[in-house]
Amino acid sequence: MPTLVIDDQKVTVDPGTTIIQAAKKLDITIPHYCYHPRLKSVDMCRMCLVEVKDIPKLQTACSTQVRDNMVVFTNNQKVLDARRSVLEFLLINHPLDCPICDKAGECMLQDFYFQFSRHTSKFKEKKQKKHKVVNLGPKIVLDSERCILCARCVRFLKEVVGTEELGIFDRGDHSEIGIYPGRPLENNYQGNLADVCPVGALTAKDFRFACRSWFLCQENSICPGCSTGCNVLVHSSERSYDKTLRRVYRLTPRDNDEVNQSWLCDVGRYGYHFVDDPDRLTAPSLKRGEEYVKVDWDTAFREVAQRLRGIFERYSPSSLGIIPSPQLTNEDLYMVKKFFNETLCITNIDFKLPGWNQGQGDGFLLKADRNPNTMGAELLGLSGIGPQAGEIIEKTRLGEIKALYLVGSDPARYLGEEKIASALSRAQLVVFQGSNYNYACKFAHAILPGATFVEKEGTFTNAQARVQKINQALRPLGESLPDWKIILGLALTMGYYFPYKAAEDIFKDIAREVTGFSGLDYKKVGDKGIKLALSGG
Amino acid sequence: MPELVLTKNVGKKDSHTLGIYEQGGGYQALKKALLEMKPEDVIKEVDKSGLRGRGGAGFPAGKKWSFIPKEAPKPKYLTVNADEGEPGTFKDRVIMENDPHMLVEGSIITSYAIGIYQAYIYVRGEYTRSISRLEDAINEAYARGYLGKNILDTGYYLDMAVHPGAGAYICGEETALLESLEGKKGQPRMKPPFPAIVGLFQGPTVINNVETIACVPHIIKNGGEWFNNLGAPGVGGGIKLFPVSGHVKKPGVYELPVGTPLREIIYNYAGGVRGDKKVKAVIPGGSSAPVLKVEEIDVKMDFNSLAAIGSMMGSGAIIVMDEDTDLVKTLRILIKFYAHESCGKCTPCREGTGWMAKIITRIEKGQGESSDLDALLDIANGIRGRTLCPMGDAAAMPVQSFVTKFRGEFEDYIKRG
Ligand SMILES: Cc1cc2nc3c(=O)[nH]c(=O)nc-3n(C[C@H](O)[C@H](O)[C@H](O)COP(=O)(O)O)c2cc1C
Ligand code: SF4
Ligand code: SF4
Repeated sequence: MPTLVIDDQKVTVDPGTTIIQAAKKLDITIPHYCYHPRLKSVDMCRMCLVEVKDIPKLQTACSTQVRDNMVVFTNNQKVLDARRSVLEFLLINHPLDCPICDKAGECMLQDFYFQFSRHTSKFKEKKQKKHKVVNLGPKIVLDSERCILCARCVRFLKEVVGTEELGIFDRGDHSEIGIYPGRPLENNYQGNLADVCPVGALTAKDFRFACRSWFLCQENSICPGCSTGCNVLVHSSERSYDKTLRRVYRLTPRDNDEVNQSWLCDVGRYGYHFVDDPDRLTAPSLKRGEEYVKVDWDTAFREVAQRLRGIFERYSPSSLGIIPSPQLTNEDLYMVKKFFNETLCITNIDFKLPGWNQGQGDGFLLKADRNPNTMGAELLGLSGIGPQAGEIIEKTRLGEIKALYLVGSDPARYLGEEKIASALSRAQLVVFQGSNYNYACKFAHAILPGATFVEKEGTFTNAQARVQKINQALRPLGESLPDWKIILGLALTMGYYFPYKAAEDIFKDIAREVTGFSGLDYKKVGDKGIKLALSGG
Repeated sequence: MPELVLTKNVGKKDSHTLGIYEQGGGYQALKKALLEMKPEDVIKEVDKSGLRGRGGAGFPAGKKWSFIPKEAPKPKYLTVNADEGEPGTFKDRVIMENDPHMLVEGSIITSYAIGIYQAYIYVRGEYTRSISRLEDAINEAYARGYLGKNILDTGYYLDMAVHPGAGAYICGEETALLESLEGKKGQPRMKPPFPAIVGLFQGPTVINNVETIACVPHIIKNGGEWFNNLGAPGVGGGIKLFPVSGHVKKPGVYELPVGTPLREIIYNYAGGVRGDKKVKAVIPGGSSAPVLKVEEIDVKMDFNSLAAIGSMMGSGAIIVMDEDTDLVKTLRILIKFYAHESCGKCTPCREGTGWMAKIITRIEKGQGESSDLDALLDIANGIRGRTLCPMGDAAAMPVQSFVTKFRGEFEDYIKRG
């Protein structure tokens, strides 16, 4: 294995490693634009030039492979001069419109200029005019004057997505990124373009002019859009910065070699708007005649407890049905199982509504199963105890089930409104627990507001049986609570005590009791998740 | 006047036809190579000849060929660079129009030496006559059994095709040429991998200039040593075509020993300066080569001598400028050319050439400022040695040399306003 010296520090790396990768091992960042660890090197931007001893010309760190005994300088005067000069070149025709650029604050031009150059430009000429506000498709806008022509976007679509919609047109200092005439971007990975663009040339319509990036907090989480469980950063703010009242401003990918590399699909990336949607359920409410009245949690719990108990006493556990959702966390689902099944002995409990896993997958990241925690629901035993969820609905329609408790699930979405109306209208008690209003709420006697994935902690288990953690980015909206806490409160009202203060406490019990999870430690799940060792596939 | 090698048929009637070419001993070398020599002997002979690339970089031809791996998973290719885009250069055209079979024969021998079965000639699109002459020559060669299957009954086979370019200077750069030949936008590739390993359609590829390849039949026929000795005494390296343009009485292409002094070429062959004016400046090797002052024209026209005084032989194209030449305007024209032709792939050349063009245009218009000359030099320094392909240097060198060597003239322009 070659050993080399970079800025007086020795490092040993695998053969074939490039200088930029070797430097990274030493925590030396070599500035770059066109280089992207997941794309092929192209030597275009010339920002990563470094000096290699005994080679007269500076070398590109992104593509030059290390040799044994190589001596590299990443910060001497010769290198700094070249870097300053590349930055000056990149900025002469740039509009310098940082005050209104969405990338400001996370722009590699700003950052490297600040870190390495801070030159006063000697450019006195007219800047090149290029196209601005170019719609590349429904999601992405191009400002060619901000573009530094690193071709990351072009290469991403070629090498990763394979759709090749973008190209560089014309040449010299009038080169521009663009689409082929009449062929707008249509793929499901466009959002990544705004991420791979190191500057403000490609911006996402979803985020344009919505918020300055530095007002946003970032929290590690998992995309709830499908069973891949892409690792994300939730960018949010408790205080909304625009009139939409949104608190979540965007999701961006978090690297995970085992799951999503550095990418997100658009279905998942732009699927977060339900979090701050006006249809969020923000207070417990009870049906009084035809009206709903908002109540406090204690009142809601008491009423639901009393009515559940009434049905229990009059009939039997088999007159109750529970349909949880695979959108819930492992911890939520564990509570559902623990309480309704193991404590109250209800066996009409199942998450598999007909069609629950039949979206359209795309062969890359997006899976047909649009739920983040199907595997968790399966492993925790929320299916296969008694009838399937579809039958539970049917039994409700037939009057065999008198009380139906929906946890996070939206049965009308799969079964249609008519079917749900005919079933739910027959029940003596319908409880809807969840984050957003849906058709089933029309028939609910009690509505219990649940927190969304950005408002709670917990874990999901993805399709590869990887347990991954979501973290709380925002306070639950209004009075809403994490689903496990709602069940916990209801249980307590009914006289059952569970000693859980946090999701982590539940996870401990899952690790103790549920095969597959045994021995797991919440802390060790970490930011990248842990794959379960499942026997028998 | 020494005996002509490359241009001996120029001016003869129907010199471009197979009949005339064969009458003058054409395709003898091919027979010798294929029937009497092993491929490696051909390479050895070319090695001995001291032949260095005539396209600009001056890389020894035999050495370049020896880089091609014997066994390769992909087919190997020969690509003849007939893009001839460097301003001032018009020598390859003379060969292609007058003696296309010389290039075809050279290409066959080269391909045989390296184990190549497909050759392309990438010709500057504007060279319509070269293109048709080459196509005709190739057809004649096929008909005569010099191309195609089982050449001269040896079992060796080779196909050859002409590919017209679409008019971009950068497509003369070897890797951009390969992209263009593959049907893509002509932009240089990064190196490594070098074309000798991964070239056209991913196969090992030899790229040589027209004139380089045209020398090969003569080397094979008469021996490498013979060719080397055609160079000036103590210099060697054979003969070379020197296209001479500018303010000379007899502009044209002159075939002379490598190492002939520049002054001799200008005064003895090109007839001296028009109107018997004085020389002010000479570009010795195509527009990219650093300009020479009149005091420097005793230099010998060979790779090492020119490098020693900070210029270069390049394509050997000599541009002579007399005492009345406006060097500010000249540099503006040159820089505008480079800015126009920059492919835009890498930052310094893309941004720097356009910037330099804007400054020099402003100076020419009388709006120059005293800081402009240092700015030009700073920009050129920022480009030089830091670009993806050598075109960055090609654009920087004229600026550096003009502004340094003739700074007074530029300053006067700025002062006059
Ligand atoms: C911008 C640029 C333009 C070039 N144009 C030509 C050209 O028109 N013809 C040519 O033979 N070589 C040209 N070259 C040089 C080629 O890249 C290459 O070195 C040459 O074809 C190799 O052949 P040789 O070794 O026989 O000289 C150019 C190089 C650069 C950087
Ligand atoms: S749009 Fe962005 S990613 Fe694409 S070339 Fe320009 S700067 Fe690079
Ligand atoms: S130096 Fe100029 S021509 Fe060569 S790759 Fe860079 S931009 Fe293109």
